[in-house]
Amino acid sequence: MSADFDLNASFAALADPTRRAILARLASGEATVNELAEPFDMTQPAISQHLKVLEEAGLIVQRVDGTKRPRRLAKAGIDAIDQWLAMLRKALEKNYERLDEVLAAMESNPKGRKR
Amino acid sequence: MNTMTRLTLKTEGDTHIVVTRHFAALPEAVYRAHTDTKLLQKWLLGPDGWTMPVCINDPRPGGKIRFEWKNDKGGGFHLTGEYLELEPYSRIVHVERMHLPDPTPDNHVETRFQPDGSGTLMTMRMTLPDAQTRAAMLATGMEGGMEASYARLETLL
Repeated sequence: MSADFDLNASFAALADPTRRAILARLASGEATVNELAEPFDMTQPAISQHLKVLEEAGLIVQRVDGTKRPRRLAKAGIDAIDQWLAMLRKALEKNYERLDEVLAAMESNPKGRKR
Repeated sequence: MNTMTRLTLKTEGDTHIVVTRHFAALPEAVYRAHTDTKLLQKWLLGPDGWTMPVCINDPRPGGKIRFEWKNDKGGGFHLTGEYLELEPYSRIVHVERMHLPDPTPDNHVETRFQPDGSGTLMTMRMTLPDAQTRAAMLATGMEGGMEASYARLETLL
């Protein structure tokens, strides 16, 4: 785990589903505030507030392009996305480990098949 | 951990998510564990600490699905859906949406069970309406697991 960003701020930033979805959107490339606001039923200022939190947590960065301020993922943001995928795998694997046990019990109790 | 490597999770194209997993049981048993209400309640729970007190599950074309999960900290959410096609013991097609509490866009899920050695290879192929929905889904939770994981992670910090 990298120590070059504030972990607590990162986790607080990631605790919100809208902010996680914004990061996931940025995983497919740079985007402006308008583009980021589009899939959510939210005002631009509300999205800007989320972007500010993500930025302060070191998860995204912005650059200046005329009047636009496109955002992209920072290294910490990329790491965070990898971490979600790892957690998603873990949650699924937990389900399937339980399913392994259910299947083993079905095998040893063939009468259960008749239910 | 060795068991982790048995699961694969990958994106495909712009709108698909494909999960595969091998099981040491025949396709008939794995199919039944995916369609039998009492069996589903035993394993489709996400991280530790979550239960599924409500499992409405009518495995026939057009049949309704409603799964409600709760954790020991008062958290909870539910999923609704409908079965579209069932081919015992090889294939299930259904649609589902999470309610967080607003419904997420429909996730179209095709689950296949193929003989694999002495066991079964399960391939679950999800299709989301568009790339943004898929991104949001990967970020906000699939089968409830992610959201639950996050709730859990936060309590650890």
